[in-house]
Amino acid sequence: MCGIVGLFLKNDQLQRDLGAMFAPMLIEMSDRGPDSAGIAIYRDSSHDANKITVATTLKDVDWDEICDQMYRSTGHQVRSMPNSSHVVLMTDACPDAIADCVAEHDPNAQVMSVGRMMEIYKEVGAPAEIVERFGIAHMKGSHAIGHTRMATESAVTTAGSHPFSTGRDMCLVHNGSLSNHNRLRDKLIRHCGVRFRTENDTEVAANYLSHSMHEGYSLHDALENSIADLDGFYTFVAGTSYGFAALRDPIACKPAVLAETEDYVAFGSEYRALAGLPDIEAARVWEPDPAVVYSWKIQ
Amino acid sequence: MTTAAGDNARIVDLAKLSRREANTVLQSYNGTSNSTLIRVLNPAGTHALACGLDAPLAVEIDGHTGYYCAGMNKHANVAVLGNAGQGVAENMMSGRVHVHGNVSQSAAATAHGGLLVVEGNAAARCGISLKGADIVVKGNVGHMSMFMAQAGCLVILGDADEALGDSIYEAAIYVRGRVKSLGADCVEKEIADRHCDQLASLLEASGCSGIDASEFRRFGSARELYNFKQENIGVY
Repeated sequence: MCGIVGLFLKNDQLQRDLGAMFAPMLIEMSDRGPDSAGIAIYRDSSHDANKITVATTLKDVDWDEICDQMYRSTGHQVRSMPNSSHVVLMTDACPDAIADCVAEHDPNAQVMSVGRMMEIYKEVGAPAEIVERFGIAHMKGSHAIGHTRMATESAVTTAGSHPFSTGRDMCLVHNGSLSNHNRLRDKLIRHCGVRFRTENDTEVAANYLSHSMHEGYSLHDALENSIADLDGFYTFVAGTSYGFAALRDPIACKPAVLAETEDYVAFGSEYRALAGLPDIEAARVWEPDPAVVYSWKIQ
Repeated sequence: MTTAAGDNARIVDLAKLSRREANTVLQSYNGTSNSTLIRVLNPAGTHALACGLDAPLAVEIDGHTGYYCAGMNKHANVAVLGNAGQGVAENMMSGRVHVHGNVSQSAAATAHGGLLVVEGNAAARCGISLKGADIVVKGNVGHMSMFMAQAGCLVILGDADEALGDSIYEAAIYVRGRVKSLGADCVEKEIADRHCDQLASLLEASGCSGIDASEFRRFGSARELYNFKQENIGVY
């Protein structure tokens, strides 16, 4: 069992309230996934080519000084925005070069996401503490996806937490378990040159989707193709810089509720995650049909 | 905490009470013949509301509910003025549960008696393992509805998704719309006068006026799975 929440704003006026609306949704799903939690938030499109979110084990370090060293080795300015155990690095430098520089200081650092808009914060621990630690409730943005994890398939670690990001500004969260992930992982490694970081089944699905999008499919079409290629139980919610989508497996074992108003689209594993949203009484609330992709794009 | 409302209804407000406290108030009437009207406010998708009632109460829940609402209901008349989550009226014994919106999967699972009325759609596995209750869904039902249903009746005014009535026993299904596919051992059957009577009384009980029993098709068990067939011995 895991919990999923998502919030996609259709009304730009609400962007300043994104975190305040989103944080209680995630916390409400704590008992569906008390062992770890993660948040992907789309905000502040960077002027730089890349916004790189890194989970670091370094404490009390001077990121400005590390950024200066990165500048000297890459030739590109790097700005840092430390946030608890994570740091967001903004730069025109190549993300791999930045990751290498970070690794020199912190061999255990993990790149959470690369893109222009998306930041991913995830940790082992109670969802409410994680939301508080990263100050999620104060964040502005256009959309956010969150996950509370009760691990059934691989280890309880930061790397095994959701969301998984395997492409620029792309993320996936998953409630369920895939049964053909080993074979599909092999196929993606052998035929598509995809690299994996964990043994987690959701990372396979994320790589499947990001590879499909790399081939030219939209998020919507990549998810539609996944119905034939992924086997198992799943409710997925995925995000890109321009969109937000949800899909349940054809048997629909894992719960899902969608709500839509003129101002937002909200997803919750259970309705109670949505109950505190503004004007929810007037929203269209429904259970997504099995094997049907629901997607929205920023206009 | 209950307070008398102006219209003689009592109020149970989940903004002020925990779920357990609210259910304790509702269950305090159990075993009595008290027919009080109780309004439950601010349900906010809470699970297991109004469960285990055992008195002819009228309970009106003002919003959407979570899982297992009105589970194990006996005698009570529970109305949900919104959608209900998984397993609404599961294992109901008697009484009536009326959902004004949609219901999630496994509605009225294993219910032995009483009536569940759904104004909207029901998701997958509606009436799974039904044991004698009746269900009227005014919209559509999801896949595998009435899976292994043993007794009772499901009336669907809209359409039914895949594998309707899979492995059904002596329960009845009436469908007014289209059936995407039938499950194993579920077949269409003729409608005799007694079936029309049964259907008409369920339509009336669920407030469906102007709909005639002749608009429905009936489905039930072909009874081919009831006994082991010797010719299949090689499979084992």
